[in-house]
Amino acid sequence: MKNDRGDIELAGVCKSFDGATYVVDGVNLRIADGAYCCFIGPSGCGKTTILRMIAGHEDPTAGEIVIGGQNVVGLAPVQRRTAMMFQSYALFPHLTVRENIAFALRVRGMSKTDRLRAADAMIEKVRLTQFADRLPAQLSGGQQQRVALARAAITEPRVLLLDEPLSALDEQLRVQMRQELRRMQQELGITFIHVTHTQLEAIALADLVVVMEQGKIKQAGAARDVYAHPHDRYVAEFMGGQNVLSGRVEKVNGASFTLAQVAPDGIEVPLQARPTVSVGDKVDIAVRRDDVALVRPGRDLPPGYTTSLPSRVLAIEYQGYFVKVMLDTVPDDEFVAYVPEKTFFADPFTVGDVVMATWATGSALPLA
Amino acid sequence: MSAVLADMPETVAPATSKAIAPSKGGRPWTFYVLATLFGLYVIALYGPMFCIYILSFQDIRGGLVFPMKGHSLHWFVDLFTQVRTGDVKGSFDRSIKLAVIVTVITVVVSFLAGLGFRKRFRGDTFVFYMMIGSLVAPGLVLGLGTGLLFQALGLNASWYSSALGAQLSWTLPFGVLVMFAVMSRFDHVWEEAAYDLGASRWQSIRLVMIPVLAPGLVAVALFGFTLSYDEFARSLQTAGSLNTLPLEIWSMTLNVTSPSLYALGTVTTIVSFIVIGASLGSIVLIQKKRGSQAKG
Repeated sequence: MKNDRGDIELAGVCKSFDGATYVVDGVNLRIADGAYCCFIGPSGCGKTTILRMIAGHEDPTAGEIVIGGQNVVGLAPVQRRTAMMFQSYALFPHLTVRENIAFALRVRGMSKTDRLRAADAMIEKVRLTQFADRLPAQLSGGQQQRVALARAAITEPRVLLLDEPLSALDEQLRVQMRQELRRMQQELGITFIHVTHTQLEAIALADLVVVMEQGKIKQAGAARDVYAHPHDRYVAEFMGGQNVLSGRVEKVNGASFTLAQVAPDGIEVPLQARPTVSVGDKVDIAVRRDDVALVRPGRDLPPGYTTSLPSRVLAIEYQGYFVKVMLDTVPDDEFVAYVPEKTFFADPFTVGDVVMATWATGSALPLA
Repeated sequence: MSAVLADMPETVAPATSKAIAPSKGGRPWTFYVLATLFGLYVIALYGPMFCIYILSFQDIRGGLVFPMKGHSLHWFVDLFTQVRTGDVKGSFDRSIKLAVIVTVITVVVSFLAGLGFRKRFRGDTFVFYMMIGSLVAPGLVLGLGTGLLFQALGLNASWYSSALGAQLSWTLPFGVLVMFAVMSRFDHVWEEAAYDLGASRWQSIRLVMIPVLAPGLVAVALFGFTLSYDEFARSLQTAGSLNTLPLEIWSMTLNVTSPSLYALGTVTTIVSFIVIGASLGSIVLIQKKRGSQAKG
């Protein structure tokens, strides 16, 4: 029975290479059919191992991998109907673009004319027609990537697995190829699983972002969810764009609590998703860098802004549409404000200036 | 201490013209020293051979030493027609056949060993040293031992059995070492990609591995062939009653006192060059074929 459903379920998947340490440690995840899913985490977090287990290049030590309702553990990649795009593309150096793309059909015993015709159709899809007779070594990085994509896609997989597909490209090309990946995914209408360590890449592409650390999933959700509402300090710091502060709870007042901090009145934090806190708990909170406003001491805070922390400007970086201002607001953690360019240059600060870092009460987010 | 330090600037020598730097686009003097050294090396390497080649083209009055007496191909004709010079044609035949058999076995076994050693396994270091250990044994002793073993087993020594075995003890370790160097350039991920695209083990070896490694395999074959074709020490006690070419040349040095000997040297060299030329040619052809396909 052949089915084209590319939904994936990982149930208690574990992997250990030496029997003692677990590279992947009890991962449970559901990926919808036709989703673009990005696994993100630092190197060694197990994301590539998960990809290779879904692909059938490694067997899990424990757990089930279900694709389209069928447990695929122990099956070859072709039987799983998955295809993998390798990090360095792994194009066969002795075969032309056309032959590389036709390889999967060749090993299935398709006749030469049929398979080359099919390959040519695929070549057209990835816009490589004029390079069809070249060897991989004669192509640029971006062209090689398209060949790798076409070679994987010609097997008509229901899941395409991409191992850091953009890491070999330079910055500009990376942004361009990123769009191309998304376009191909929509065109093919199949599930893509993409491993990366670049946050921007993950949130730009994915329907489902999975943040990993040491073999475990830290948070999985829509890109905006993971970026704007990180569960904990690890996710907040890893995804970036957040200032993380910690402190002890001074008092609890209904739907919010006050965090003892350098600020004279403490920091007021709404409870939001966090169920409860008690006085004396040590709590981490996150404040988005673009939610922080800087006000000169003595001036009025904008309406709705209650917290203000006196800080000294440590460094300033111009980033184009915003200015990155680094502050010594909290002793142990980095604290940064992203100030819109026009706001900043209306009254520019210099290094060493004392400013008040302030934000609207509602934008502080308690972390787990 | 401080007085010494204070004196330092004056003791520093000024830059001299001896520093190695090209002057006005010319070559530094070291170039000429090294070029002379290289010239001497080349003369030492090829001079003796050229003496033999030149003396083999003398006419009927020719002797074993310079000066050269006339020019002709007399001694080449003599080589293949005279009985007293020994069985040159027969030994040449045997040497070529033996070298071909040795080459085939060396390439196949080395390739398989290369496949086996892609991944580490328990005792791999031990197996590796067992494979190349025989390189250390003196060839003459190894040949003697092979001869004795055949005698003890009641087998007749001959070029296609005992000599073949003795030669393989020489070519296989070399072949394996070259193969390892060749294999180190094969990226394991190509095999993985082939598997991912549905290739069987055999298809991935036939369609990916062998074509990618082809130039290296030709190099292993060339090694096997030339080592066997030249082999003397191990064949001496194992070839039995019929000589291989190096043995024949050796026996000629003992009883032939004419430039025929030199003519034989020239002929074998030409054969070696043809083999080397064919191997290099095939490597170039493989690469050119890829190049032209690429131009399309």
